[in-house]
Amino acid sequence: MSAGGGAPQRREGEISFATRRRLFLVSGVVLAALMVWALGGMPGFGDYHGIYGLLLNRVAVPEEHATNVITAVNFDYRGFDTLGEEFILFAAVLGLALILRERRDEEEGPPDDDATGRQVSGASVAVRLITVALVGPTVVLAVYIIGHGAITPGGGFQGGVIAATALLLVYLGGEYVALRRLRPLPLVEITKATGAAAFVLIGVGGLIFGAAFLENFLPKGTPGDVFSAGTMQPLSVAVGLEITGGFVLILSEFLDQTLVLRRRRGARSQ
Amino acid sequence: MTVLQIVALALVAAGAPAVVAARDPLRQALMASFYGLLLGVLFFTFAAPDVALSSIVIGSVALPTIILLALAKIGDKDS
Repeated sequence: MSAGGGAPQRREGEISFATRRRLFLVSGVVLAALMVWALGGMPGFGDYHGIYGLLLNRVAVPEEHATNVITAVNFDYRGFDTLGEEFILFAAVLGLALILRERRDEEEGPPDDDATGRQVSGASVAVRLITVALVGPTVVLAVYIIGHGAITPGGGFQGGVIAATALLLVYLGGEYVALRRLRPLPLVEITKATGAAAFVLIGVGGLIFGAAFLENFLPKGTPGDVFSAGTMQPLSVAVGLEITGGFVLILSEFLDQTLVLRRRRGARSQ
Repeated sequence: MTVLQIVALALVAAGAPAVVAARDPLRQALMASFYGLLLGVLFFTFAAPDVALSSIVIGSVALPTIILLALAKIGDKDS
């Protein structure tokens, strides 16, 4: 961004600013013309011809008793895709933990927040109050969104991330000590693995009781009830567990990295 | 198109350059977080609440958090 700074110093063989501007102007005009051309050929606003979408909108409630069609697609019609996506995250978190764990062992030490005579000042009273007040509602909202996946917008994925942010609030407002006590890592890992396994097991349940993998084999109930839509609600909870565990692990690994390094600096300055 | 949709589209159009214009990574992370929220509002006004929720939790919570933590680590190394 040296556009305003006059003629910048230029090395041998480097393109001059004037040439670069000319190149930008020419390609910019061409791109703009192409965009206008493409916009002219677009269908009208709100025009929709997706047969699959229209069909699902019509059949999802009578067929699957799920009032949230998105969840019906994610956990029933295309449940197998969700299984793949879930394991992408599973593998990503595993990889992250593997890479960062090695580094952490090299510089292991108690983070400065729970060392005596720490240098870093804690959060202010206002921040503390707000975060403490927000932790409860955040957890409730997460449970609500996970538990109502098949009825209202949301589901295991969104709710899981919200649940993990409750932990972030604890860190923001409280002590690192409280954070450590709140997230016993083995338990978090078990939660994550349980979620992933539960998804597969519910899928296998479809094979045993129904006809195909992830086939809905539970009673479907009344559309709009919490206990409706058969296997969708348990699947939503399974994904919720996995995502919560996964994101808590990611946040913990990153926080540990940061905090351990901060301690080392604090130790030097003492 | 309703007024709400037009406002949301305009905010998103203004928000994206604002993220790029913020040169300081810390400000950029906060702007990106706000932009994630704007995207959420946009999806919500276009009757896609599921996508709105996903956009908010990832775009305005998870991603900026990871960037902030990475910045904290880099900043520590520099000093």
